[in-house]
Amino acid sequence: MSKHDPVRYVAKNMRLDLALIAGMIEPRSRVLDIGCGDGMLIEHLFRTKGCDARGIEIDMTEVTRAVAHGMPVMHGDADQDLAHYPDAAFDYVVLSRTLQAVERPREVLRQMLRIGTRAVVSFPNFGHWRVRWQLLRTGRMPMTATWDRAWYETPNIHPCTVRDFFDLCAREGYVVERWLAADDAGRRAPWRRFPRLANLFGEQALFLLRRA
Amino acid sequence: MDQTDTLAEIDHSHVTFPEGLTLDCGVTLPELTVAYRTYGTLNAERTNAILICHALTLDQYVAEPSPVTGKPGWWDSVVGPGLPIDTDRFFVLCANVLGGCMGSTGPRSPRTEGGEPWGIDFPPVTIRDMVRAQKRLTEHLGITRLFAVIGGSMGGMQVLEWAATYPDAVFAAVPVAAASYHSAQNIAFHEVGRQAIFADPDWQGGQYWRTGRIPARGLAVARMCAHITYLSEQALTRKFGRRIQAAPKAAEEAIGLFGDMFEVQSYLRHQGSTFVNRFDANSYLTITRAMDYFDIAAEHEGDLAAAFRGTRTRFCIVSFSSDWLFPTEESRAVARALNGVAANVSFVEIATDKGHDAFLLDEPDFHRTLAGFLSGCAEHAGLAE
Repeated sequence: MSKHDPVRYVAKNMRLDLALIAGMIEPRSRVLDIGCGDGMLIEHLFRTKGCDARGIEIDMTEVTRAVAHGMPVMHGDADQDLAHYPDAAFDYVVLSRTLQAVERPREVLRQMLRIGTRAVVSFPNFGHWRVRWQLLRTGRMPMTATWDRAWYETPNIHPCTVRDFFDLCAREGYVVERWLAADDAGRRAPWRRFPRLANLFGEQALFLLRRA
Repeated sequence: MDQTDTLAEIDHSHVTFPEGLTLDCGVTLPELTVAYRTYGTLNAERTNAILICHALTLDQYVAEPSPVTGKPGWWDSVVGPGLPIDTDRFFVLCANVLGGCMGSTGPRSPRTEGGEPWGIDFPPVTIRDMVRAQKRLTEHLGITRLFAVIGGSMGGMQVLEWAATYPDAVFAAVPVAAASYHSAQNIAFHEVGRQAIFADPDWQGGQYWRTGRIPARGLAVARMCAHITYLSEQALTRKFGRRIQAAPKAAEEAIGLFGDMFEVQSYLRHQGSTFVNRFDANSYLTITRAMDYFDIAAEHEGDLAAAFRGTRTRFCIVSFSSDWLFPTEESRAVARALNGVAANVSFVEIATDKGHDAFLLDEPDFHRTLAGFLSGCAEHAGLAE
């Protein structure tokens, strides 16, 4: 059971993160939140925006908590379960701070934009100056508030930077409708027009994508 | 172990439909009786009804003592005032399945008015036939849409069949410890049980009412075999281990293997011998066959998702980690098929070592899940607190 499952997701500061994500989602839309934890975002979207919001979560304790709270959440895995949904079943598919922890990030993004019209993706930015500085100064894998697990036990097997993500979107032909970089508390940082600065000073990034 | 038919003729509350019921096999039962129990109050709009579907050897006495055994209702920790299925809020309904032996039409029913029972000649019924009989009952009660249909094991099969056959009549569906078909392994275990019944000298070609001697040994062995599948190795080890139970005093002289016995043997024998007092062998054959033939995908050209296309029912699928009779993977397959038609589905595997029987036992996570799902659905259905 869950104690044997690999720990896949970093701890989330959902309360702040969810406000930013919710800001990208239109009222009354159909939403799938992948890695929804105890369902805080889907409850928020249901109660404040009247969305038909559902979730997938890998940690069974969280799933049980969410369902026991009346939220439609199923036990599942971003890498395994998205393939079972039909095309365009959702208006938005959300992946919050989870992309870096999945086995096949590119395939997960493809599935998200197959089953959803739009994808909302947030991830911790490995290009942040503190990460770069630690690697440069000590020559060792960075340990920061965001990247807080040792290399041999981190679930974050696919770290990327803001620029890397822009590059992947271009390669895959995704349109970046909106994006922003924020500090770890979810406060928006003021570099939205300058990806290179955002890549240096943003601790996390949030993208709203659609197919071209 | 000579035993006579002790299934007392109890007058179960029931409704009879004189027009009968046409079964999947093509036979029309000339008359259909559905025995049922209700708890709580149906609201004025008739929107708060929850149908509970019972498992193979259970009955409609969900939340009150069984008139046959005197034992508490089989789900009296789940159904009642303030419990997960809250009878202060919901009108709860449970019917004895078609083919059963607790008052609904089955092999014990007279074939013709005042005549002999159907016995082995009772036509084969399907899970869908059982559901059709329940549908008659809900119509009789003036309920056009059930707020929820809930059931474990074979009850879960009925839940899925309800959702597939009458999608507009089911607002929420909770199949627990179930699957969309009965696996080869499960059919195999059922077959051992059936063969044990047939091998009993008191079987008498199924017409055991004529002598009054029921095939108690065969039925007991069938129950013992099935009971093992309801538990798990961990649960058996935890409860009994390899402990030996001393033989009764009279047998003390008889040293050897068959004097003392393992506690697990004694437990199984008890399960077997009490079962024969409350269940009819022909019903056991009829219902196990219905389960074996259950395969929702087969009813829809092999495509399970097609059974639920366009559904607006909200599903909550629950499995138990140590259930090897209806393993989690089979529940997951149902969840994925429902994903395939973009249905609203919750899916939880409850961690427990109690095996398939966990759905009947005290499992706080399961009870919390059920209560939370129902109250979430009640909010969506616009049911008052």
